[in-house]
Amino acid sequence: MNNLLFLLLSSVSIISALLVIFSKNPVYSVLFLVLTFFTLAGHFAIFLGAEFLAIVNIIVYAGAIMVLFLFVIMLLNLNKESEPTTPMLSKISAIVAGGLFLLVLFAALTNQINAPEALNSKAGDIGMVKKLGQVLFTEYLLPFEISSVLFLSAMVGAVMLGKKDLKQG
Amino acid sequence: MEILLFDKIFLIVIVFAVSLVIALYSTLAERKVSAFLQDRIGPNRAGTFGLLQPVADGVKFFFKEDIIPSHADKALYILGPSISMITALMTSAVIPWGTYITFSGRQVAMQIADINIGILYVFAVVSIGVYGIMIGGWGSNNKFSLLGALRASSQMISYEIAMGLSIISIVMMTGSMSLGEIVSQQHGMDWNIFYQPVGFLIFCTCAFAECNRTPFDLPECEAELVGGYHTEYSSMKLGLYLFSEYINIFISSAIMSAMFFGGYNFPFMDQIASPNLVSIIGVFVFFAKIIFFIFFFMWVRWTIPRFRYDQLMKLGWKYLIPLALANIVITGTVMLIKYQFFN
Amino acid sequence: MQLLTNRSKVVVNKEMTLMEKLYIPAIFGGMMITIKHLFRKKVTIQYPEQKREFSKVYRGKHILKRDEQGRENCTACGLCAVSCPAEAITMVAAERKKGEEHLYREEKYAANYEINMLRCIFCGLCEEACPKDAIYLTEELMPANYDRSNFIYGKDKLVQPLGTSAHPKTYKPYTK
Repeated sequence: MNNLLFLLLSSVSIISALLVIFSKNPVYSVLFLVLTFFTLAGHFAIFLGAEFLAIVNIIVYAGAIMVLFLFVIMLLNLNKESEPTTPMLSKISAIVAGGLFLLVLFAALTNQINAPEALNSKAGDIGMVKKLGQVLFTEYLLPFEISSVLFLSAMVGAVMLGKKDLKQG
Repeated sequence: MEILLFDKIFLIVIVFAVSLVIALYSTLAERKVSAFLQDRIGPNRAGTFGLLQPVADGVKFFFKEDIIPSHADKALYILGPSISMITALMTSAVIPWGTYITFSGRQVAMQIADINIGILYVFAVVSIGVYGIMIGGWGSNNKFSLLGALRASSQMISYEIAMGLSIISIVMMTGSMSLGEIVSQQHGMDWNIFYQPVGFLIFCTCAFAECNRTPFDLPECEAELVGGYHTEYSSMKLGLYLFSEYINIFISSAIMSAMFFGGYNFPFMDQIASPNLVSIIGVFVFFAKIIFFIFFFMWVRWTIPRFRYDQLMKLGWKYLIPLALANIVITGTVMLIKYQFFN
Repeated sequence: MQLLTNRSKVVVNKEMTLMEKLYIPAIFGGMMITIKHLFRKKVTIQYPEQKREFSKVYRGKHILKRDEQGRENCTACGLCAVSCPAEAITMVAAERKKGEEHLYREEKYAANYEINMLRCIFCGLCEEACPKDAIYLTEELMPANYDRSNFIYGKDKLVQPLGTSAHPKTYKPYTK
């Protein structure tokens, strides 16, 4: 039962992730990306017991960030006529960069080959809110606070960009 | 396992049917309430008191010609109302409709899924609901629809933040994000509204904005946008959009009464001996609260005029979010003081 | 300048007080006003069952009256057509033959009398102009129709049916 569900979810997530890249219409790409996030959230919730992470993934990524993406793409009104032709050089460099990234990813994942077993045991309900909160506020307090400073700086930057005239303000 | 599954499916079917019927009759109630508030009588020709009016409307929706504009993106045009309807119906899964009913030695919970992050689930589903409007508005390939969709989505993601923040203070007090737990802690008359009136005010305002109801009904503002995001829609697709709005009202009324007004709890419930009776009365009490809030939604709609768009954004970002943050800080302080000195 | 009502207010752009800025008291006040209307007497008139009382001088569909002996009053003098500001009335006059005395009161009568109801503005000037008490505007409503040609009312639709009350304001619409 679980295996079947896993196969179904994984295949949907892989296919939709591929469709993000291959669909011609950018709006469709965004929607497939949302679907990918959904299936990932499904993986988190069902197989890793991380319900909180799954829901936050949906709220933050699918519900907020992708909406903003969709916003911009809808307003840009992208179509074939207005699309600039990409020069050959950047195409080649994109392929090289992508290949290198894949290599790094592959190398990183081969070392972690034993990780799924640890995760399968649902180590102490790590995804539950209480556990997560305790871990964040004891063991990982410093990174947690630093990341909040990062968010603050992002907010300040947004306010600065949003101001009408920098010189007058 | 088998019996449990059967119970759940039975409950799902009931909840599904009840939300559809309530949404159906909300359309009639809206017309009746608006009529009564304006010294009119309202629809009374189809059946006694117009009780068959929703059926007539529904039949009419089904038999209208279904037009898909030639320049519309057909897939997205169909997907839009479907997403709206699905997300509207999905939210009811975590709402505790009652406690337990015991029959033939089995306890049956009156909640479809008591997941430990219930309230976050609601927020996640609501945030997905934005896509229904956006996709429909963009897919219709019409400027008015697109503008309506943009307004709707920016309004919804803005007010989601204040809504979430207003809930945090409740979650802090309860120590749980499960809706079942939040409701059961408000036993008797110990409702959250007495501790969190400001939180309720913020939540209520945001619920109005999330449901695209007056005074925040700018997405479908007839005066400027023809019909808003559903300008191009006709037949049952339009019906689905309008219907999902009423289901959203029903669900947000349910959540408001569960979070702040004690859900199925009612005063003097300990004095009734039979737990089954308490449970059944509780369901009725809960529905009475929900119906009051649905009425409240309509009452506000026919009282208050629409906001201007910049006023809407100003209210959301400049007043409600800071207010909600202050509410969290004050709640935290009070809780800490209580913990330190009165424990 | 003299004020016409005592309801006018001078607009001032003063700063709102804190209570006013909160808006909640104002919203609450508004909601109390609307809830009061929930219990007010409803003003709706349930039309086909209930009918609103017409004004005594209501001007509806025209009739061409008959006298007490059932003879048509109209003598086709054309004053109604002349007085009509919308030029809605046309008629063809004819001479009364022997043996038609029970049909027409005067020696001359309207063989053809048409009112174009799409042009008519129901001003009642024809009624004022008529020297023979022939044309009257009743309390009957003008019915709707799908076809424009059906709005040109001839004598078949205008002449008062035989056997109905002679007084025009108490004239009851003829029903089969």
